[in-house]
Amino acid sequence: MQGTETTLDRDYAVRGITRVEGEGSLRLRVRGGVVEAARLEIFEAPRYFERLVVGRTPDEVLDIVARICGICPVAYQMTAVHAFEDLCGVVIDPEVRRLRRLMYCGEWLQSHALHVYLLHAPDFLGYASAIDLAQDRRDLVERGLAIKRMGNQLLTVLGGRAIHPVTVRVGGFSHLPSRDQLDVLRPGLEAALAGALETLELVAGLAAPTFEREPALLALRHPTEYPMNEGRIASTDGLDIDPRHWNDVFHEEQVPWSHALQARSANGDAYLLGPAARLALNAAVLHPIAREALDRSGLADAIRRNPFLSIAARAIELIDVCAEGLDILAAYRAPDAPRVAWRAQPGVAAWSTEAPRGLLFHRYTLDESGRVATAQIVPPTSQNQVAIERDLALFAPSVLDLPQDQATHRLEQLVRSYDPCISCATHFLDVEVDAG
Amino acid sequence: MTAHVAAPRLRVGVAKLASCDGCQLTLLGLEDELLAITERVDNVEFPEASSRRSKGPYDLLLVEGSVSTPEQVDEIRRLRKDAKMLVTIGACAQTGGVQALRNWLAFADVAGAVYPRPDEVASLEQAVPISEHVKVDLELPGCPVSADQLREVLAAVLVGRRPQLPNEAVCLECKRRGIPCLLVSATEPCLGPVTRAGCGALCPSVGRGCFGCFGPHVDANPLSLASGGRPRDHGSRELPLLPTPLFTAWAEPWRDAAEPRSHAGEAAPHAGH
Repeated sequence: MQGTETTLDRDYAVRGITRVEGEGSLRLRVRGGVVEAARLEIFEAPRYFERLVVGRTPDEVLDIVARICGICPVAYQMTAVHAFEDLCGVVIDPEVRRLRRLMYCGEWLQSHALHVYLLHAPDFLGYASAIDLAQDRRDLVERGLAIKRMGNQLLTVLGGRAIHPVTVRVGGFSHLPSRDQLDVLRPGLEAALAGALETLELVAGLAAPTFEREPALLALRHPTEYPMNEGRIASTDGLDIDPRHWNDVFHEEQVPWSHALQARSANGDAYLLGPAARLALNAAVLHPIAREALDRSGLADAIRRNPFLSIAARAIELIDVCAEGLDILAAYRAPDAPRVAWRAQPGVAAWSTEAPRGLLFHRYTLDESGRVATAQIVPPTSQNQVAIERDLALFAPSVLDLPQDQATHRLEQLVRSYDPCISCATHFLDVEVDAG
Repeated sequence: MTAHVAAPRLRVGVAKLASCDGCQLTLLGLEDELLAITERVDNVEFPEASSRRSKGPYDLLLVEGSVSTPEQVDEIRRLRKDAKMLVTIGACAQTGGVQALRNWLAFADVAGAVYPRPDEVASLEQAVPISEHVKVDLELPGCPVSADQLREVLAAVLVGRRPQLPNEAVCLECKRRGIPCLLVSATEPCLGPVTRAGCGALCPSVGRGCFGCFGPHVDANPLSLASGGRPRDHGSRELPLLPTPLFTAWAEPWRDAAEPRSHAGEAAPHAGH
């Protein structure tokens, strides 16, 4: 496609990309057949979270950072709670760790089901929305809603409510679910696993636009489990670092067209986070049921190269979290206490976890009174911005010959495939890096 | 809020200002009823869920988020003109939300702490409720809103009756659920006595004091609770101060009672309002 003989001048713009979380636009400028500029513009209103947590206690921070995102509040709570526990030397009960992982499974389940069925699938099937899709294929939408509901049920049992859960506290949980509450989840989770396997069959059969490139993919990597709450930061080009050292390797910068700071690696390169990156780096530790499904699909290589196939990566992860969730429910034994006592210490608290959309980094400094003095929050979408813009520029030549509206739709569809979470991405920066 | 059933199907829109999207997601989280609802309305604008766009007019417009940028002032005025019934959903829209915590701070300090070049970012100094800019027909409280209350509002509007929303304290929900009072047993500070019901006493049911997600109820007297309302008969055990209602702190009458303690000394309270 790169070789298309053309002297075309084109401008593509989507103001207000739909079926994404938050408010963003895309803008592409082509002159003489050459892409001069490709921009993902983020104009979501800034909310200044990194300043709002200053002066707060660690437990208050868990409530505040949840409000960064209605889709992935658990990711923010988990990243912060691990950071504080790491700094303060808090050793949580292994059973509490299991339940936190189960809670994270619930968040991935509802977030991925939302994206696959309500936001992304309509692109492949030619509908404006899942509401329109339901008029012809109600069965598909109902299956997606059933999987999503199961994720929300897990979150409700563990966190009190699905959006902005309230039980996660430094040292454990404020409250643990009863054995009965957990047991009633099993049939629904088994049904969700069956639905997830059907989802993979569905999305593997969808016709995705042809687009191949070899991006640097980056995710947490863990030796024995598919990464959620912990791991080292690894990439397909050989990076392997402790997440506490994020600032040694990456930096953020402000660009005029975005309220989200853009993150790059130290040498200025873009990198891509998310389900495809996690799969590329962690296929060996997928749950055996998910691993087998991935192998059977034969999509492992294509997922790595074609961003439109992120829908298949999410389907694999839906299978993984359902299967893992069932294992956790079977293995869990109630701990002696929901949380352990702890005492705040001054110092640097830094951690990364895997949000549904990719690696999330938090860094806080606590002062002598145990309150937050500075905060840095680097969400996945702000890290993906540069890679998305680069992919837009790479993909654009293949749509130049399409009618304007079709080309624009294709470009918007490409942005949607990264599942950008724009409320998350807006307004984050490391105060110290800026000063230094 | 009289019934207007001239059109066979209501034209419904969903829009957002400064927010986390959690309240719109509560709408998408009505998994059991979502398709039944969409069959009974014309969904004319819901950018998070649909690529079909419309400028209105709307019979019912649900808006989440606070007014936080200059563009949003224009946008909410335009949306108001296009909406027969404007219902705000959630604490941001009703009270300013978590981002209104900046309203107590010097704005230059806030913006400068986050952005290297704050001048390039369009933002109002304060995040304020939608009702400070336009008339609102109904405010649905909560951070996030209650799915049950959202369902009730949709059902009521569909049949043209008045929605039944509780306007009592969280305490009554605790009593109905048989949850021992955290304040009386002196284990946790709790905003339940001054907070509007709607969550089903969620936090007290999982061992935490209420922190005010649903905002003040109509007769709330937070100053009384903060000064004399604390239990005093528990020996040497002194309850900590009330928790800050982090997500509804800018709501009257909490605005005066709940100045976020942690910012003392860093900035003078913002003038105005």
